[in-house]
Amino acid sequence: MGPLIPNELISFEWSSIIAIIIGICFGFILEASGFSSSRKLAGVFYGYDFAVLKVFFTAAIVSLIGLLYMDYLGYVDMSSLYVHPTYLWGAIIGGAIMGIGFVAGGFCPGTSLSAVAIGKIDAIFNVLGIMVGIFIFSELYPLFEPIYNGYFQGNLTLIDSLGVNPYWFVFILTVGAIVIFAASDMIRKRVKKVFY
Amino acid sequence: MKEKKQNRHVYWNPYFGGFLLGILIIVTFFITGRGLGASGAMKSSVVTIVDDVSHEHAEQSAYYSKFVNSDKSPMKNWIVFETLGVLIGAFISGALAGRIGWRVQHSPKITRRRRLIFAFSGGILFGIGAQIARGCTSGAALSGMAVLSTGGFITMLAIFGTAYLFAYFFRKNWI
Repeated sequence: MGPLIPNELISFEWSSIIAIIIGICFGFILEASGFSSSRKLAGVFYGYDFAVLKVFFTAAIVSLIGLLYMDYLGYVDMSSLYVHPTYLWGAIIGGAIMGIGFVAGGFCPGTSLSAVAIGKIDAIFNVLGIMVGIFIFSELYPLFEPIYNGYFQGNLTLIDSLGVNPYWFVFILTVGAIVIFAASDMIRKRVKKVFY
Repeated sequence: MKEKKQNRHVYWNPYFGGFLLGILIIVTFFITGRGLGASGAMKSSVVTIVDDVSHEHAEQSAYYSKFVNSDKSPMKNWIVFETLGVLIGAFISGALAGRIGWRVQHSPKITRRRRLIFAFSGGILFGIGAQIARGCTSGAALSGMAVLSTGGFITMLAIFGTAYLFAYFFRKNWI
């Protein structure tokens, strides 16, 4: 049955309207969870606030379990969903640069947009910075090209690359996340509180 | 009675926010076959600006030319509409909770100016990294993880791992 638009169960003309509605929900959830505050986001790296960790991993696990169930019940064909491609070194190096940018700037693109919407001036600077970064990348593209296009391994999933059973993997991931959540609460109690 | 010190704003329970976000990702995949994103719209904006300033330059560049199309503007894109929605949705949430206002949020230990410089330079790094990894925390890491993408998991580990490694050097900005 699903996905609905690629299978033409909803006509393509609706896609822009659906995009705006999905975006509104996304922005609302980000802001209401406190992701419009860079000091709350940065708490995850210093141990005084683990909201990022909790929201991010809860969302990842809920969506994974939900999609696996929907695939199992035949509502959506998981193999027809878009799988983010694996460019091994692009993912590692790009991710590492983003990590430094995250702890320096206190935002990532989605959270930064939600902060712009409520008038945070530091977030406006962050979005402008992201656009300058994209501009720099594009102008120096020949330099980055080998890492951008190289080490391509296909639209791999962990089932292909690790040979794991998806159901067991998600089960272990969930148990791991619960342990990490409990540990994060214990860490937070020992770290000096930061008020913002 | 002793007054308990607490943060100025109270937000949702993180597990509740995460649960709703997970449901939203399922709905997004179910309807569109793809996940959420954020940095894509900023790329479309940069491509549009460059194309407006110099169409020739955009067509000759190996990177911009992938996204410039003579009969369709790069702004007429799913991700751009989704991002407009993000701005609206965050504004509604902020308005309901009374969090709207022009301000620079920073630790009392640093100046406003220092915060803005770091916000800007952190953005530059994030912009470059998101292009190299073909997506940011939402598009690559979160939406990738939802479909068990190997690249998504690697990007997630790289972002958080490096951020923890470098957190020590930026501690003055936050704690």
